[in-house]
Amino acid sequence: MPELRTEILVIGAGPAGIAAAVSAERAGARALLVDMQAEPGGQIWRGQWARPTLAPARQWLDALRGSPVDARYGLRLVDFAEPGLAVFDTAQGAVRVRCERLVIATGARERQLPFPGWTLPGVFGAGGLQVLVKNGWPVKGRRVVVAGSGPLLLAAAATLRAAGAEIACIAEQRRTRDLARFALSLAPNPGKCLQAAILRTKLAGVPYRRNAWVERADGAGRVESICLRRGARSERIECDALAVGFGLVPNTEIARLLGCALHDGAVVVDEHQHSSVPGVYCAGEICGIGGVDQALVQGEIAGRAAAGAATASFRLNIARSRSAHFARALRDAFVLRDELRNLAGDDTLLCRCENVTFAQVRGCRSQREARLHARLGMGHCQARICGAAGEFLFGWDAEATVRPPLAPSRLSCFTVVRSESTRQESP
Amino acid sequence: MSSEVRLFIDGAEFRVPAGISVAAALRHAGYEATRRAFDASPRAAFCGMGVCFECRVRIDGSERLGCLERVTDDMDIRCDA
Repeated sequence: MPELRTEILVIGAGPAGIAAAVSAERAGARALLVDMQAEPGGQIWRGQWARPTLAPARQWLDALRGSPVDARYGLRLVDFAEPGLAVFDTAQGAVRVRCERLVIATGARERQLPFPGWTLPGVFGAGGLQVLVKNGWPVKGRRVVVAGSGPLLLAAAATLRAAGAEIACIAEQRRTRDLARFALSLAPNPGKCLQAAILRTKLAGVPYRRNAWVERADGAGRVESICLRRGARSERIECDALAVGFGLVPNTEIARLLGCALHDGAVVVDEHQHSSVPGVYCAGEICGIGGVDQALVQGEIAGRAAAGAATASFRLNIARSRSAHFARALRDAFVLRDELRNLAGDDTLLCRCENVTFAQVRGCRSQREARLHARLGMGHCQARICGAAGEFLFGWDAEATVRPPLAPSRLSCFTVVRSESTRQESP
Repeated sequence: MSSEVRLFIDGAEFRVPAGISVAAALRHAGYEATRRAFDASPRAAFCGMGVCFECRVRIDGSERLGCLERVTDDMDIRCDA
C-alpha cells in the first residue's frame, strides 16, 4: 500500500480545506489536501475548477494551483490505522497518509426528511440535483419542483434553470414573516444582499410558494407527480424531478471517529479552530452551518494555526463576526415546521439502505435502539441520511461514536491495518 | 482532447460528453434506475455528493459511487437494476 507523508493533512477540498491548505503552506508548513471527489471545490464550488465563474472561487482555486500544496482527489477516509496514520480508499486501491497534524474540513450534507415516494428515481436532494447538474446530469426541458427549506433552494433552482430545466415551482416550508425577518437580517451584509438580488433576477417568473411543502411523490418506476400542501389545500403538480432538501447537516463522522467534542451537532473549536483533540483542527460547515464566507475564514485560521503561525488578525476577526451573524440568522429563520414530522406513513422507508420502515422503528427511543431492533442505519450510508432525519423526527441523538470503516471499502484497506495490529500481539 | 468519451454500460456501447460524472452518463444513456433495493424497488442517484450511496455501480469491476467518479474512455459500468 503506498504511504505518503506530510506535516499537515487536510481532509476535504471545499472552500475551508483549500483555504487551510494554502494558508498552511504560506505559513511555511507542508500540506497534503485530499478529497473524495474528482476535483477541488467541494459542493459550493462544483465545476469551478475547470470553469471558474465566481470571484472568490477563482481566487482560491488559482491560489491552490499556484501553491506547493500536494492535492489529491478520489480519496475517501476509511480509518486511522494508528494516530496520525490515515487509510484512504481510492479507485486504484488503498493509500495511507502519515501526518503530524490534521485539519478536518468535511463540509455538510443536506437534511432529508422521509415522505411517501421519497425513494423514487427522480427525487433528489435540492443541492444534490444542483451538483449532479454541474457535473453533466441532463435536465434540459425537464420539469422540476424544488422544495424544502433554506436559501439553497433558490441557488439550486437558479442552477437548474440555467441548465435548461423548467422550474414548476419553488416550495419553502417556512412562514412568510420568518422569511421577511431573514431578508432584513442580510441588510448589514452587502455581499449576501447582492447574491439575493442576482438570484431573484435569475428566477424571475418562477412561482415561489411559502408555507408549502411536498407531502408525497408518485410515479411508476420514477417520479411523475408530487402533492404540494399549503395550509388546508393540497395540489398535485406533474413533474419529471423533485429536488428537495431541509437545510444542511455537518459531516462530522471523521471528527467523531477521532473523538472530537461536539455541541448541537457541530464540532466544538477554540479561537484557533482547534478541536478538543490535540493536533486536530476543524474548519467550515462541520463547526456549524454558516456558508462559504465563514468556511474561508475558518480555513485560513485553521491552516495558520496548524502551521504554528499566529491566527489573530483584524481582517479575520471582522470577517468571522460577520459570518457568525449570518449563521445565526440562517438557523433562526428556517426552523422546520411540525407538520414535516407527520409526512411518512407506516410503510414509508426511514432507512433507505436497509429498507427499514417507520412501522418497524415506532417506539424506539434512540437511533441505537432502532439499529439493534431493526438494522436502521446499518447499510451502505451508515445512517448518514436516516440519522439526521431521526434527529428531527423523533429527537434521537445522533450517535456520539462512529465506528470504522467510515464507508464500504475495498478489502486491501483492512488487510494491512489488521496484519500490523496482529503482528504486535502475536509472538 | 475529444469532447466525447466512449464507454460501456451493462455491455452496451455509449458515447457521452467528456468530463461528466458516471451518474450523469447513466442518465444520458437513458437509465432511470441504476440499482434495486432488497424489495426490488428502483433506486437512482439521490444526494449527488457521495453520502447516500444510492448511485453505487460497478466500475471496471469495483463498486464505486457514480456521483463521485468521472467518465473515462472504455470505462466498463455495470448496474444492478
